[in-house]
This record gives sequence, C-alpha cells and structure tokens, in this order.
Amino acid sequence: MTTFPLLAILLPFVAAFAGLLLSRWPHHGGRTPAATPATATSADGTTTTGKTAGTIATTTAAGLGQKDRAAGERANTRAAWIAILPTAAATILATWLAWTPGLSYFTGSTTPPTGETYGTIVTGAVPISLTLQADALSGVLGVLVTVVALAVQVYSVGYLKSDPRYPSYSAFISLFTSAMLLVVYAGDLLVLYVGWEIMGLCSYLLIGHWWEDRGNSRAAVKAFLVTRLGDVGFLFGIFVLGIGAGSFRIADVLAKVPEMSAATLVTATMLLLAGVAGKSAQVPLHTWLPDAMAGPTPISALIHAATMVAAGIFIVARLYPAFLAARPTLDVLAVVAALGMLGAALAALAQDDLKRVLAYSTVSQLAYMAGGLAAGSDTAAIFHLLTHGAFKALLFLCAGAVIHHVGSNLMSQMGGLRRELPVTFVTMTIGFAALVGIPPASGFFSKDGLLLAMDDALTGGPVSGGGLTDAAALLLYGCALATVAVTGAYAARAWLRTFFGAAKAVALPEPEPGTAHVVDVREAPRTMLVPLVVLAVPALLLGFTGEPHLDLGVAAISVVLAALGAGATYAFWRSDPLADPARLLGPLRAPCERAFYVDALYAALFVRPVLALARFVVRTDDVVVDGAVRGSGRSARGLSGVLRLAQNGNVQLYVSGVLAGVLLIAVGAVVLT
Amino acid sequence: MMAWIPVALLAVPLLGALLLLLAPQLLRPRLRTYGLILSGLTLALSLLLVATFDYGRPADVQFELDQPWIPGLGLRFHLGIDGISLPLITLTALLTFLCFVYLCWGNARGSGQLLTTKPPAEAGAATAAEPITRARPRALVFTLLVLEVGMIGTFLALDLLLFFVFFEIVLIPMYFLIGIWGGEGRRAASIKFILYTLLGSVVMLLGLLLIWAQTGTLDIVALSTSHGAGMSGSIQILAFVAIGIGLAVKTPMWPLHTWLPDAHTEAPTVGSVLLAGVLLKMGTYGFARIAIPVLPEGAVAVAPWLGALAVVGIVYGALACLAQRDLKRMIAYSSVGHMGFVLLGFATLTPVGVNGALFANVAHGLITGLLFFLAGAIKERHHTADMPTLGGGLLATLPRLGALLTFAAIASLGLPGLAGFWGEMLALYGAFQPGAGLPRGLFLTYMVIGGLGAVLTAAYFLVMLSRLTHGRPQPPARTSPSGTNVVGPPPETRDEQPVVPLGAPARTTTTTLEPPPADGTIEDVNQHELLAWTPLVALTLLFGLWPGLLLSLTTPPVQALLGAIS
Repeated sequence: MTTFPLLAILLPFVAAFAGLLLSRWPHHGGRTPAATPATATSADGTTTTGKTAGTIATTTAAGLGQKDRAAGERANTRAAWIAILPTAAATILATWLAWTPGLSYFTGSTTPPTGETYGTIVTGAVPISLTLQADALSGVLGVLVTVVALAVQVYSVGYLKSDPRYPSYSAFISLFTSAMLLVVYAGDLLVLYVGWEIMGLCSYLLIGHWWEDRGNSRAAVKAFLVTRLGDVGFLFGIFVLGIGAGSFRIADVLAKVPEMSAATLVTATMLLLAGVAGKSAQVPLHTWLPDAMAGPTPISALIHAATMVAAGIFIVARLYPAFLAARPTLDVLAVVAALGMLGAALAALAQDDLKRVLAYSTVSQLAYMAGGLAAGSDTAAIFHLLTHGAFKALLFLCAGAVIHHVGSNLMSQMGGLRRELPVTFVTMTIGFAALVGIPPASGFFSKDGLLLAMDDALTGGPVSGGGLTDAAALLLYGCALATVAVTGAYAARAWLRTFFGAAKAVALPEPEPGTAHVVDVREAPRTMLVPLVVLAVPALLLGFTGEPHLDLGVAAISVVLAALGAGATYAFWRSDPLADPARLLGPLRAPCERAFYVDALYAALFVRPVLALARFVVRTDDVVVDGAVRGSGRSARGLSGVLRLAQNGNVQLYVSGVLAGVLLIAVGAVVLT
Repeated sequence: MMAWIPVALLAVPLLGALLLLLAPQLLRPRLRTYGLILSGLTLALSLLLVATFDYGRPADVQFELDQPWIPGLGLRFHLGIDGISLPLITLTALLTFLCFVYLCWGNARGSGQLLTTKPPAEAGAATAAEPITRARPRALVFTLLVLEVGMIGTFLALDLLLFFVFFEIVLIPMYFLIGIWGGEGRRAASIKFILYTLLGSVVMLLGLLLIWAQTGTLDIVALSTSHGAGMSGSIQILAFVAIGIGLAVKTPMWPLHTWLPDAHTEAPTVGSVLLAGVLLKMGTYGFARIAIPVLPEGAVAVAPWLGALAVVGIVYGALACLAQRDLKRMIAYSSVGHMGFVLLGFATLTPVGVNGALFANVAHGLITGLLFFLAGAIKERHHTADMPTLGGGLLATLPRLGALLTFAAIASLGLPGLAGFWGEMLALYGAFQPGAGLPRGLFLTYMVIGGLGAVLTAAYFLVMLSRLTHGRPQPPARTSPSGTNVVGPPPETRDEQPVVPLGAPARTTTTTLEPPPADGTIEDVNQHELLAWTPLVALTLLFGLWPGLLLSLTTPPVQALLGAIS
C-alpha cells in the first residue's frame, strides 16, 4: 500500500516510453522515411500522367500505401493498449489510495498519509527528499486525474483513429498523467516542481500536436513560455519557503509556518502565486489558455480543463496554512480572481469558437476556485475543482464530438444538432447545467459552497477565515455574483447556437479522401461516446457526495441570477435565431471578443521589445564586443607594419640608424655628465 | 595501488598517436578500427575508474601518482582523481569515443565521414565545397588522440604547471581540427581561437607563477588544503583575477566569448562536440580545482564581479540566440548562457552553488554535445545550417532527427527530469543564499536575472524548434508535368487541422521533401549516428531522473574545497 503512489506514477511513465519506442517495433521498411517520399512521388505521377509508367507506379504506390497503412494501424492499436492498460491500473491504484480517507478532506477529519520516502538527494544545503504520499487531499485528486485521463485515452482512440502520430500522442498523455500524479502525490516541494514542469512540457507537445500549422506551433510556444515565466517565480517561492523552514518537505514546511516571519511568508506565497497564475491561467498570465485550444480537443479536456490548470488551485490548497498566514497574498488573490472571473466570462460570451468559449469559461471557473481560496475556504475550492474537472472535461469531450461531426470549431457553422447527435446533446446539456449551476447538477452545490464562503468573507460569517479586507471581499463577492449571471448567458448562448435553431447547410471544406476529422456516421464512434456517458454521471451527481451544506439564500440568489443571464440570451436569440446573441453586449462586444486586448498589449510591451533587444545584442556583439577583439588584432598588425618599416633590409638605413644612435649616446653622455 | 590507471589513461591515446607516426603504412587500411579500439580502450579504463573508485571518501584524492618530474624546479608529475574530476574524465573519454563511433562506424561514403580512406575524388561526400585537404584520415585520428591526452590530462593533473601544460596541449590539436577539417571560414576562426585562448593562457600562467612565487609550491592538493595561507589578500585578488581571466576565456565568460561562435560554426562536427563538451569544461574545472580553493580570499573579493558577468552572460547569450540565423552559431551562444549559470554557481561560493556548477558542467557536456552532433547531422544533410534556408518541417522530413533535436533542445532549456535542470536550479539556489562575506541583495538580483534568463533560454530553444521542426516542409521548386504546383496550399481551417490519414496518397504534409541533394533522398538518423547519440540521450535522462548520482559524488569534495569560506 505504501508503494502505491510510486507505482501509480511509474506505470504511466513507463507506458510513455514504451509507447514512444515500442509502438512501431520492429521497424518495417514501409515506414522508413526513405520509402515515404518514394510513395509520394509515384502517387503524384499517377494523378497527372496516367500512362504505362503511371500504372506501374500506381500498383507500387498502392502496395506500399496499403502496407504503410496496415503498419500504421497496427502501431496505433498497439499504442492504444500500451496507453490505456497502465492508465487503468493507475486508476485502480489511485482509487485504492483514496478509499481509506474517502472524502474526509471535506469533512475536516484527518487520516495519516500513506507513502514512503525513497531516499534524499544531497545538495550541499537543504536536501531534497524523495517522498511520495497520499493523504485525503491528494487521494481525491489522484482519482480525478486518473479517471479523466482514462476517459480521455479511451476517447482519443476514436478521435485520432487514423492519425499517423497517435502513438506519440498517447505516449505524451501517459507522460502527462505520470507528471500530474507526481504533483499530486509529491511530499517534497522540489519533487513537486519536477512534475509541475513536465506537465508544462506535455502541454507544449500536445498543443503542438498538429505542428504543420504554424499557428498551433506558436500557441504551443506561447503556452510554455507564459507558464514558465510564472514557474520561475514559483521556484523562487519554493526556495523562500524551503530555506525559511529548513526543509523542502511539505509536511515540515507546514509545521514550521507558525514560526516563520510574516515577511517570509508573504514573499514566498506571492512568488508561488506567480506560478499558480501561470499554470491555472489567472490574470495576468491567462493569455495562453485560449490559444492552447489549438491542440486536439481531448487534450483540451484533460490538460487545459480538468487537471493541469487545476494544479495551481491544488498547490494553494496544499500549502493553505502558509497562505492563510499571509493576509496580503490572499487580498491579491481575491483581486486577481475577481477580475479574472468576470473578465473571462465576458470574453466567453463574445467568442464564436466553441472551444474558446469553453477555454474562457475555464479561466473564469478557475478564478472562482481562487476566489474561494482567497475567501478562506479551501474545501469549497477543491470541491469545485472536482466537479469542474468532471463537467468541464465532459463539456470539452462533447465539444470534440460536435466538432468531429461538423468539421469546424465555429458556432456560426453549427445549429440544430440535437437531432443528429442525441447522446452528445443530452450529455452536453448536463455539462452546461453543471457549469451554470442549475440544481441538481454538481456545479450547483460546489458553486454554492464558493459563494457562501465569499459571502462569509464579506460579512464575517463562520466559514471564512476572516482574512480579506473589506474592499477585496466586496469586490470578490460582487464579481462572483455578476459572473454567475454572465455564465448563465454564455452557456445558454453556446447551447442554443450549437443544438437549436436551423441546421446550417454549411459546405464542409472538401475533405481529402479518408481524412481524419470528418466522419459520416450520425454519432461519434463508441469509444468516444462511452467516456461521455461515464463522465456525465459525476457531472450530474457529484454534488450529493460532498455532504452539501446548502445556504438557501445564497442558492436562491445564484439560481435567479443564472436564470436572468440565460433568459436574456434566450430573449435575444428568440428574436432572431440566426444572429449571434452576443450582440446583447452592445459596444462591449468587440473588446470582449478580443479579450480586452491583453494579447496586443503584451506583444507591444514584452514580445517586440525583447526581439528588438535580441537584434541589438547581435549587432553589439558583432560591432562592439567582437569589434574590440578584431580591432586589437588590426592595431597589432598596424603597429607591426610601422615597426616593419625599420626592418626593410636596406643596409644604408641600418647604418644611418646605428650612427644616429651613437650620436645620441655621445650627445647624451656629454650633456648629462 | 591502482595508480597505473591514470597513467594508462594518458598513455593509451598518446602511444596510439605515436604509433600512427611510426607505422603509417601498417595502420592506414585499418584506421577506423584503430581509432575505435584506442578510444574504446580509454573509455574502458575510465569505466574501470568509475568501478573501482571508493565512493565512501569522494573528497580524497584517489589513484594518486606523485613522481618528481623536473626536480631542479620542484615540478612533480602528480596525478589523481577525486569526486570532482571523476565525472569529467569519464565524460571526456565517453565523448571522444562517441566521436570515433560517429566517424568510424558505417559507410565511409556516408555523410559526415571524414575518415574516408579513398581519395576525395571518389568519396561521395567530398565535392567542390569540400577541398582536398579535408580527407586526411591518419592526421585526423592522430589529432583526436592527442586532443584526448590533453583533455584527460587537464582533469588528472594535481600540479599547477602540469595542469597548465595539459591545458595548452589541447589548443594545438583543436587548432588543426578547426583549421583543416572546418567549414569555409575555418582559417580565420582557427587563428582567432588559438590567439585568443593563448592570450588568456598567458595571463593565467602569470597568475600561477605568482602563486608559486608566494607559496613556493605548485602542488594543488597542498595549496588547497592550506586555503591560501601564506598569501596576502591583495596577492590573492591579483592571482585570482589573472587565473580567472585565463579560465574565463576558455569557459567562455562574457565579454571574452567571441572566439566561441566562430570556432563552433566553422569546426567539424566532432570538433564542435569536443569543444563544447570538454574544452569549455576545462575552464570551469579550473575554477573548482585551482582558483577557488587555492585563493579563497581572492574568490570572496572577486565573486560579485564574477557573478555580475555571469548573469550578463546568461541574458546576453540568450538574447543573442534569439536573433541568430545559423543553427550552430545559436548553439554556440547558448553555451555562453549555460556557462553563465556555471559561473554564477561558482560565484556564490556555497556548496550548493558549486555543486550546481559542477552538475551543470557535466549536463552541458552531454546535452550540448548531443546538440552539436544533431546540428552537424542537419548541416551535412542540407549543406547549410542557416535556419531560414533550412525552413521547417523537420519532423515531417526526418522524423527521428527532429524528435532527437526536440529532446536535446528541451533538455538544454532546463526541463526538470532531464540533466539540464538540476545544475541551473542549484546555481540559482546558491545565489539565493550566497556564501559568507558576499552581498546578499546583489546575489538576489543575480538570481532574479538568472531566472529571467532561464525563461529566455526556453524562448530561443522553442523558437528554434518551431522554426526547424514544425510547419510544413518547404515545397519543392519543381512542378508536376501538367504544370500545376505539386504542393497545393492545404485547406485552411481555424483549428482542427485535417491530418493526412495513414498511407493515403496525400499531397500535403508528411510526404513532401525539401529539394533533394544530388543523390536523391536525405536519409534519417542512420545506424552509426544512433549508436553515437544513444548514450548521450540515456545519460541525460539518467542524471535528470537521479541527480543524486552526481551530487553525492561532488558534495564532499566541494565542502572540503570551500572549507575556508563556508
């Protein structure tokens, strides 16, 4: 049992390497790059000439192509098994680990963590201890991570059925699962940091899965760099905490919190907050997440909705005593969360791309959790993290099914899909209900807990730690209530525009023969539908597990507000089903669609100056730094040129020189003596 | 006991080189096997060292050999190994062996094969761009073996002048390696390399002589255990600056780095690999072995300046990389940045920082060695390393090479779990709490700048990957017989890009190639390349996942050598 955390991490880790190296093993000639271009050239030949030579080429090309295809499908099948079985095993292990503590995290009772220390790494100062452990908090998160990862792995089998790069894709998901479990089960801050960064790498690799498109490549780079910027702060925060406590072990750090000075704690938590903002896409480092939707939809579900982006919330909850002791940090967190939740919700209301709607919604919901943490209730935040993980993963996977069917991300090309995609319609409706917070869906209960905490923070009620200043608490609660309404509006808009109205007769872009993303069955394949149905269950029912403590007043307000938002959208949509209800934003619509021009601002403030500076450095290096080197070489040669004049082999000059010297010495001797 | 191993480490490549001079006719047909066997033997010896090293006391000098060398001057032939030098010696032997594997295995006509035994006119690789002078296989083996003697000797030497001698021996073979087998601008680059580093060495020699004059001994062990006794503070500062300049040129430290990009760009692949993998390490090793332990007071006085130049180097190198067009030049500048982290680690004068510096040293040797192998492979296939000319789509045209390049770049940008991370992290950690007597606020500033430099490092590597490996390959210039372009622009959708199904007769992405070279196709990573690169990949992973392997080795000696400061 104590080795379960290690096993749960190692299984997907090994699977990642196995998937990368063994999927195509042994390598056949058909997949070697030398053969691929040969296929291509002959295929080109046949399409254009069609003569005798062409026929021969056709047969060879077809032969090679079939062999290629069969080998590729074999590799994909094998990769799917290599990916799914270890993830399933890790799910069992994680569930087992979570079984004993159960949901005790939410009730406040403590159970001793299960785990082991696998030695320490000396560094010359505070050592790194390789501790892995599962307590009540990491138990529930481990289950969330493995279940969503398993659902996504199964879903991807259908989604990327004929993608030639499926083996590497599924291997990267395995690596991600392993890294996220490392974050969840880590008992040492630096070990946690390792997993934290590897998640970022997997995010980068998977966003850039379709790297043929430069846009995807740019989105991947942006995601990595923005999060890395936050991670530098995160690492420094770990330094401050670790050196302040004399240990990087989380348990030791938390035990030392009462003894640490306020300055240390505020510095450390503020720095950690940078990493949290980066990873969890909070203001001001949120800009990467909407762009990250360039990745395949299952990736958006797993990494950019349910798990990795929630890691920031997790780490705050993990180190919550330190944050509670640093009041100014909580105020900052509250302001960041308040701005983020409302701004992102407004941006979501104006997007046409279905996935970007969901991405901004994720930013907004994560800000809810951050707001809950700031208001003093870590359990409410983690509970919302769980329900959000379930319903947002569900929403993304449903969106994937919709996109798979329509062949486009844009809602202006969707409509009336409820008849064509009945299963997707029902499951996605559940997801939207949970997102808006309509009882009895899970989101209703978790959102209620958060609002209650924020309400208490303002009024000084029992749930809150009473940490926020009044202004921050007021801003937070006000924004949260406004966001409830806007959430209702954008969810209703996405739902109506996707599934209702007239089916748009949009001509699909002419598909390549056999192209992946357009399938002509009515519903998605079964591997895609099963995860939808499986995830719909917790999205609907998870709310009842956490012993909901309903506050009727807050609940009534939130439901009324959400209904108001949704109703407004419905009214606008009803008046003209073809037009975009986003027009209810009026003059705000353009700024919302561009997410308040933050990207343009950052490009002007950071990206372009850095690039200009880089060009300046290159020029300086050539002209000044190396110029000095070359200049010294030139001046040495120039000097030697002058000296060479004296060594020109002319005997008369030498004799004159000698005579002049003698004369000089003689004169000198006479004058000086 | 066992003192024969260090001697044998030097003797095997040296005698091998001499034998090449004595019996050229005998060995000429078997040059490839010969080079492989000798470097393999050296590697085996170094592995024997690893196996028999007493890990219980890594701070002590083991396998010690101490013989009078020039008794009249008090010079001694003093060799020995401790936890600091052991990883570097093994790294040197390994990289040299891998260079020989790269050169000697496989088909002599293959790309990048300098060791062809046929006249250049017959050999496939030698065209007009590669002049006759390049095909001198015997000279190449000789040069590499002599280079190995110098490199291993530097890490073995425990006598100041002996260290200097080996330090200088390295220059000459490297000069020839760049000057004979290099690219088009090789003459200027090799002359700049040797003059610049020689100038630095002269200054270093002055510093060494100053120590000798003050203490009367050249023995490094004795000098480091006495921690600068017998030298006044100002003498120590003077000596530290002099030695530091010599080492900084080799490292290289900003602003003494400009020989490096030229040398790397022009050097042949094996030259670049050894230059980045080992030669730069000699400079930083000198700080750990001589400058800091022998001159602790000087170190404390100079460390803030060293740290300042180090962080300038980190940011400056990263910025220079960001605007670089040439792949090899970019990797060369990345070395400036990485060595900045190493120097920052030394400048903190803490066990953590110095540990980090030594770790980063080894990691840089592995990762940048791999990067230069890969850059060389790309250059040999496309006959250019200019990134805009190369275009994108490497993952489509040469998937394995692209994947390896991605791995190496990610390792180099310091991802945790790979070797590049731990050294940089520990160097920053050291700067968070610098040694006694150093200004904390200043070093905190260095830490923040270094952290931003790490972000910039990630930026240029990812931009490079994006430019080279992502995107569509450049469409071939030729058109199909019907006159239409073979590669039509693919249908644009916002996002979910259609992916070419397996084996379909597709006209986009995966099946197009760049304009092929003369012989038709560009081959992906071949057998001998894979053989030469796999150990580097494996070690990068190993040290990344289990950093304790190296850290437990270096921590005790580092604590000993910093004894006077911390």
